[in-house]
Amino acid sequence: MLALAGVSNALMASAAAGAVAARSFPIVYLREAYPGPGIMPSLLETHPDDLGLAGAEDGTAEINTTGKFLGWHFKLYVVTLPAGADIADEARKVFARGPSVIVADLHADDLLKLADAPATKGALILDIRTIEDSLRQRDCRANVFHILPSQAMRADALAQFLVEKRWTRWFLLQGPTQQDAIYAADVRRSASRYGARVVAARSYDYNPGSRRSDTGYQQIQTQMPLATQVGSDYDVLFVADETDLFGDYLPYNTFDPRPVVGTQGLVATAWTPAFQSYSALQMQNRFQLFAHREMTERDYGGWLAVNIVGDAVMRGRQTSPAGIRAYLRSDDFLVAGFKGEGLTFRTWDQQLRQPVLIAQPLMVVSMSPQSGFLHPGDTSDTLGFDQPETQCRLAQ
Amino acid sequence: MPSRAMTGRCAALLASAVVLCSFAASARASELFVSNEVDDTVTVLDGDSYKVIATIPTDQRPRGIIATPDHKAVLVCDGDSNNIDVIDAKTLKVVRRIDTGPDPETLATSLSGDKLYVSNENNALVTIIDYATGKWITQVPVGIEPEGLAVSKDGRTVVVVSEETSMAHFIDTKTWQVVANVLVDTRPRIAVYTPDQRYLWVSSEVGGTVSVIDPVSHQIVHVINFQIPGVDKQYIGPVGVQFTADGRTAFVALGRANRVAVIDPRSYEVEKYILVGQRPWQLTFSADRSKLYVANGLTNDVTIIDVSSEKAVKSVPVGRLPWGIAVVP
Repeated sequence: MLALAGVSNALMASAAAGAVAARSFPIVYLREAYPGPGIMPSLLETHPDDLGLAGAEDGTAEINTTGKFLGWHFKLYVVTLPAGADIADEARKVFARGPSVIVADLHADDLLKLADAPATKGALILDIRTIEDSLRQRDCRANVFHILPSQAMRADALAQFLVEKRWTRWFLLQGPTQQDAIYAADVRRSASRYGARVVAARSYDYNPGSRRSDTGYQQIQTQMPLATQVGSDYDVLFVADETDLFGDYLPYNTFDPRPVVGTQGLVATAWTPAFQSYSALQMQNRFQLFAHREMTERDYGGWLAVNIVGDAVMRGRQTSPAGIRAYLRSDDFLVAGFKGEGLTFRTWDQQLRQPVLIAQPLMVVSMSPQSGFLHPGDTSDTLGFDQPETQCRLAQ
Repeated sequence: MPSRAMTGRCAALLASAVVLCSFAASARASELFVSNEVDDTVTVLDGDSYKVIATIPTDQRPRGIIATPDHKAVLVCDGDSNNIDVIDAKTLKVVRRIDTGPDPETLATSLSGDKLYVSNENNALVTIIDYATGKWITQVPVGIEPEGLAVSKDGRTVVVVSEETSMAHFIDTKTWQVVANVLVDTRPRIAVYTPDQRYLWVSSEVGGTVSVIDPVSHQIVHVINFQIPGVDKQYIGPVGVQFTADGRTAFVALGRANRVAVIDPRSYEVEKYILVGQRPWQLTFSADRSKLYVANGLTNDVTIIDVSSEKAVKSVPVGRLPWGIAVVP
């Protein structure tokens, strides 16, 4: 509760000092203590408990370097809600003193609850965790901006790469979750957009069971070929397994010798610790020094969210959530995110417009949009839901 | 410098187009030193034929490269080795290494050449080094990812731009204090004083602009934008900036737009875009300023632009990911 009181006081201070030279700027980092993901297929996959947060903290230190020269100080208030917390009720307590700028490290359902809570009506929420299409479509919200690429953007990014390679016959292997179904639908949509074909499709209800046993790989070596034996000839296996149940078992275990792409294998992502182009190397070095571990996609989201706030305050000279929102939607806004070009927000769904990395575990293979894919406006809008297709109706 | 360029080389008589070549036995033409970031080498090109004279192995990740004011040496920053390689301009060998602290990206010298100014990209510092002894005089904290450096003609000010902080920092060379910070557009790369010293131009790669700063009032007086038909705005990434000696023309390399912009600095109008190789990075004039050399990062070559006709006349292959070019007359 001490933490909550601290936030409220800071918010009050900033609100009270709004008109005069309010040089301190609070940012709330809101997360929930979700249960861990359990045992992952690979021992190399770790889940540090400061995923996302370390990026936001590093980003705060960096914008404070700029702030030092311009007379601003940003303070990151970290609020960790207990697992299963009533988000609306907690928001009422945390944001009692007025609207705020929030970096949200929350699951999709909790993000919606936060966005719809009366306490955050005038707030600005920067979502650094979700990738769900629904939040960019029918469930979009005027007070939410999405940093990470949506599922549809990821499917399109991979699809463009595969079409560029002329690997256009896809075998779609879909896991059991609702999110897998949505990603699978995105893959089909990408195929029809870019002239590829889903020549085979299969649902796979893999039961992970106990993942720690001495005979693990022998079992997998028989199960995966069975799951991937299809009659049609295909170029690549497109896996839709958003919860990492089985996708990482697929490479080299498929019945036919084919590459694996999708949610595992070759993936589309906003960031990987292997990325070093466009000054990303310097970012990786700085993050490693700061957090003593590799920078993940969610860390990148946290870093970028805080930098967006810093930019809006120091360059855009906006200090209210409403002012920042208008600035982020304007032509004046542009943030650097190591993609060789400025990143902006799509006004129709408030998704960050960005090139997407195509990466395998140790290397970046490419970056989409691929050259040759054209768009009358911004080429990056070939990824995901473009303005004419959007189902998002933002209440202004 | 022009007189030096004429001796022992070809003097073109403009009116008659007669070319007189007077090759003294030991004389060499001017030379281009190109840092190849990925190869860990410096390619040396003959300034007349543009043939490769030597490929000099350096330490790791050579980027910023300049000639000393006396032209006796070429200095190159080795970012991943935390030092500067000193290349003897005659023997074309690395003769000395100077410790710079972490990740040196670019460098400049004081007017006399007695001090080196080095931007340490990884730890937000400018390191000032005594060239004769290699000792550090001091370190000045600046913004994150410092890159391009500019030294005023009176020697009193060093300007460094910081990419991540998006600022030009003005450092007083008497006190080594930062005396002013100017916020510019996103990810500034290079700062260059106009020849008359009235303005400082700062290129912003991601912002896609060049900010023109009054170095006395530290105010931005103009922002130059670029529009190229058929090229998406997000591909326009200004990096290298150079002025002709008379200050009447400026050249700006535009990164992924694969062009060099020709600008009238009085009106700030972009007069022309010259197509070069892919991702042009740094620009350098030839010793007699009749040619402009462009390092093309993605096509591994150097484009030679004829300054008077403003045309690209030739591209010559160098090492992988050429970053910058130094010219020794």
